This record gives sequence, structure tokens and C-alpha cells, in this order.
Amino acid sequence: MIHLTGITRIFHMGDQTIRALDNVDLSIQNGEYVSIMGPSGSGKSTLLNVIGLLDRPDSGQYQLDGKMVTDLSEPEQARIRREKVGFVFQSFHLVPRLTAAENIELPLILGDVAPKARKSRVDEALHAFDLYDRAQHRPSELSGGQRQRVAIARATIMQPTAILADEPTGNLDHQIGAEVMGLLENLHESGTTLLVVTHDRELGNRAHRQLIMRDGKILTDKNI
Amino acid sequence: MTLTDTIQLSFKTVMSYRIRSLLIIIAMALGVAAVVVLTALGDGARLYVVNQFSSIGTNLLVVMPGRAETSGAFPGAVLGQTPRDLTLKDAQLLGRLPQVKRYAPLNVGEAELSAANRLRQVTVLGSNAELIPIRHMKLAQGSFLTQGSAHSAQIVLGAKLAHEFFPRNNAIGQRVRLGENRFLVSGVLTPQGESMGYNTDEIVIIPVEHAQSLFNTTSLFRILVEAKSHNAIESAKKAMLETLKQSHDGEEDTTVITQDAILETFDRILHALTLAVAGIAAISLIVAGILVMNVMLVAVNQRTSEIGLLKAIGARSADIRHLFFAEALWLSLTGAVIGFLLGQVGSLVLRLAYPQLPAWAPVWASLSGILVALITGILASMLPANRAARLDAVQALGKK
Repeated sequence: MIHLTGITRIFHMGDQTIRALDNVDLSIQNGEYVSIMGPSGSGKSTLLNVIGLLDRPDSGQYQLDGKMVTDLSEPEQARIRREKVGFVFQSFHLVPRLTAAENIELPLILGDVAPKARKSRVDEALHAFDLYDRAQHRPSELSGGQRQRVAIARATIMQPTAILADEPTGNLDHQIGAEVMGLLENLHESGTTLLVVTHDRELGNRAHRQLIMRDGKILTDKNI
Repeated sequence: MTLTDTIQLSFKTVMSYRIRSLLIIIAMALGVAAVVVLTALGDGARLYVVNQFSSIGTNLLVVMPGRAETSGAFPGAVLGQTPRDLTLKDAQLLGRLPQVKRYAPLNVGEAELSAANRLRQVTVLGSNAELIPIRHMKLAQGSFLTQGSAHSAQIVLGAKLAHEFFPRNNAIGQRVRLGENRFLVSGVLTPQGESMGYNTDEIVIIPVEHAQSLFNTTSLFRILVEAKSHNAIESAKKAMLETLKQSHDGEEDTTVITQDAILETFDRILHALTLAVAGIAAISLIVAGILVMNVMLVAVNQRTSEIGLLKAIGARSADIRHLFFAEALWLSLTGAVIGFLLGQVGSLVLRLAYPQLPAWAPVWASLSGILVALITGILASMLPANRAARLDAVQALGKK
């Protein structure tokens, strides 16, 4: 369960201060499917980054699964990122030097999983995302949809409780985007919490709960 | 992240930037190779000189007329005196000292050697029978001034002279003329070649009394003394100076130098030279280190978004730091090892090209070359690795 109270995140741009998140309160139950929408600069990505512990709020409290995580040390936060959340980005963020299989393996390496166990888990993921014949290809040899599938496989390999997707279909055409969303929704159906930041109203409407943000505040929060 | 994984992952990175990695490795390797080859050269030169010097004798002391003053003129010069000559009597007195194993008086000059219608100028050493063992010379044939023939007109020929004058016959027993005097060839030296400035293959040795009459002098050029043991050298020197002072009416007008002291001086100077050369070569290692730093800083910039991603999927700052650190270490270590091998090959080529030069790189030089390479590599990677570790994840992800 994600529980935010009074979360504020301030950026300084020159002499301007921007409240990317302004006193945000939010609770998300495990297994929810939430879309976060709003114009550029409304704070949706920052909200996602704070939830994913990539960004530290300037004030406020964040409880994850009943545990206060705001004040954890850097290595402990890294551990939570590794074990509890999986990020999916608009621009895939695959390591260009590594093959598809090696990219999927990275979180396991960071999590000190033994090489033998790594191999079988990566094989499973390659099968699950229909990437088996692409395993030894580098990202530059893969299509956009394949790249995002590799990224999703990487995000789920540690069996996180939440998937945080930031414009996951932003760089894909409509049909491929729909396929990728289908994959993410499958994950949600198997019990994973799914948070999707998107511009796309149609995509946003597929979620069961929709947050609309403006100027660092949650404007509306409705169940669909 | 485990150590093995860090090492493997950074190795993959090194291998995927081939040209960049190769260039740094070459720079590192050249630095280490320079240290190894230059110290091999320096130490080879040192050993060459030491060997040359050791070959002239063991526990050797040399007595010279005159006093080597470190400051001011020779004291007698003010009174119009010249230093007293060394005489045969002096040499005999020294020979009686308990610390002295043997001694050889020495006169050196040039004279015409003629035999069998041949004639040439030769260097003449006048001495006694002990000269040959003291100076580590060997007789190929015959003898020199054995007992019972102590003052007879015997002559020993250098190997080349014996061959020149008597190409077909055995030289032993032949009569030769040196200047105006006749000598009987009693021995031939084994070929030795050049040693400390003159070629022993082209000298002749005659009894010192004959040399003095040949050169019309009563004084000696040098007295060579061999001490009984290495430990006896210092006390021998003291006793010799005292004996000569008494024999010269209380005047200290002789100089005794020990082979050891000269050897030590040469050894020290050439060792210092080797160190200096190694230091100069080490500068190239530091330059290579700066190159590593530069390349790693560029790498952090190039891979900013990748660093952000690693953080997003759960890498600790420490993991990132270790990855960059390991990458720099790979480059330095590979460079150092290749450089060491390159240096060994270079030294081998030197030894093959100059067989008399024992150009082996000293162990300390090879080790410190590799160590300096690693240390500069480690130091140079610290700044980039820390910079990578401290990157803000969100900003790093946003960067293309």
C-alpha cells in the first residue's frame, strides 16, 4: 500500500521556485490500476518518481506497505526500488551495450541473485514476453515494441508489488502501444499495482482509477 | 552487487569501447615499458661497471705517490719539495704487514719489442710474480719468476703479442729484445681482452728491477696490495699509511685507495642514475593516469542516462562507484601487465644487441612500475566514479 501525506517537492529554476508537488495526499491500495494525467509540468512524473523513491520530497511523509520510507538511507531506498517497484519509461532506457537477455538480467545482478537462478528466471521472462528468439540481440537491433517488452520484462523480473510506467506508449505507434498496455494490464490482473502516467485520454480511461493533476496538486481523483 | 558481477560487467564495458580502451591501455603500457627498459639499461650499466671493476682484483689496495688533498696545495709545495717517490723498499715493507696477503710493485712504460725480424711498440709492466694473481690474470703457458729464478731476465707476453711474434712456434723459451735488453719468454697470458682501459693481450710483463733499469728510474708507479680478507681492508689501509709515513721521514706523502671505495662510489652514482631515469619514466605513467581520468570523466557524461537507469532499477551509489572504479582498474591493470611484458621483451632485445650489458630490469623497478600504474589508475578513477555515484537519478534519466 502506498500512502502519501503532505508531500511537497520544490524545484529551483534560476530565481523561480516551482512546486512540482504541492502538499499532496494520496493513498493507493495494493493491486489498484491508477492512471495519472494532466498537462506537462503538472507534476505527474515527479509524483511517480517520489513513489518510486527516485526522488526525495522536500517535506511530507511516505509510507510504503506500512513502513516509513522517506527517511531511509540511500542504500535502503535502493533496495526498495530493487525489490518493490519496477519502472517502465517512455524512452525504454535499455543499456545499448548489453543484449536483451543481459538487460533483463540487470536487476537480478544488482539484487545479488546467484548466476544459476538468474539464468532460469531470465529464460522464463524471455518466454513470457515472447522475446526468446531476440535474447542475444542488442537494443539497436530490436523494434520499439520489442524494446519496451524488454523493459517491461526487466521491470518485472524482481516480482515487484508495483509497476510505475511513465508514458510507456509515448514512443510507440497506436497498435504496438495497445499491445504494450495489454501486457501491463495482464500484470495488473495477476495482482501487481499499476501506475501509468499518460497524456493519452483513451489510455487514461482504461485504468480503474484516474488522477488528474495541475500545478502540483491532484485536481480530481475518481474511480471509473 | 557481488564483486564477480562488478568485475564481469565492467569488463563487458571495457570490451565494448574497443578503440578507446585500446588507446588507454597502450598509453599505460608504454609508461610501464619505459620504466622497465630504462631501469634495465641503468642497472645493466651499473653491473657492467661493477663487473669490470671487480675483475681487476679482490680486496685490492693501490698505493700512489703524492697526497690527494681535498683542499689547498700539497703542503710540501710551499717549501719547494716534491713528494717522495715510492720505492721497492716501501713495497717490501708493506709486504711484511700482517694484514697483507701479497703485494706487487708496478712500473709502467712503453718500449720496443723485437724478435724474429718483427718489431713493435708495447706497454711494459714491471712487477713481481704476484702481479699475475693480484690482477686476476692467468698464464696460458709457462711461468713467471718462479722461485730460484727471482731476478732473471724473464718476460711474459700478452696473448696477442705471442701470436704476432711467434705465429707458428711455441713462444716459451724464445729470446726477445725489449729496448736494448734481452729477455727469455717464460710465459704467455691467456687472452682477456679489454679491462679497465688497457688490453692485457698486448702487454708484456718483466721483473720490476729490469723495468727500472729499462726506464732508468728508481721509483715505482704504483704498489698493488691484496688484503688478507675483506674485513682487513680498512686496517690494512691504516697500517700501510703508517708504514709509509715512517719510511718517508714522518711525511704523509702517499695515497692509498681501496678498490672497495671506488666500487662503492661507482655503484652509488649509477644506482642514483637508474633511480633518476626511473623517475623520468614514471612521469609518463602519471600522464597516462591523467588520460584515464579524462576518459572516465567523458564516460560518465556519455553514460549519464544509463547511470540514472541503474539507480532506477535498484543500484546503490556504491554499486555505480564500484563499476566505474573497476572499469578504470581493468584499463590500468591490462596496460600495466602488457607494459611489463613489453619491457621484458625490450630488455631482452637490449641484451641480445649488447651481450656485455646485463640489462635486466631490477625487481623493484618492475614492481614499482606496475604499482605506480595501478595507483595512478585508481586515483584517476576516483573523481569520475564519485561523480557518477552522486548523480541525481531523475536528472540523469532525463538526459539523452
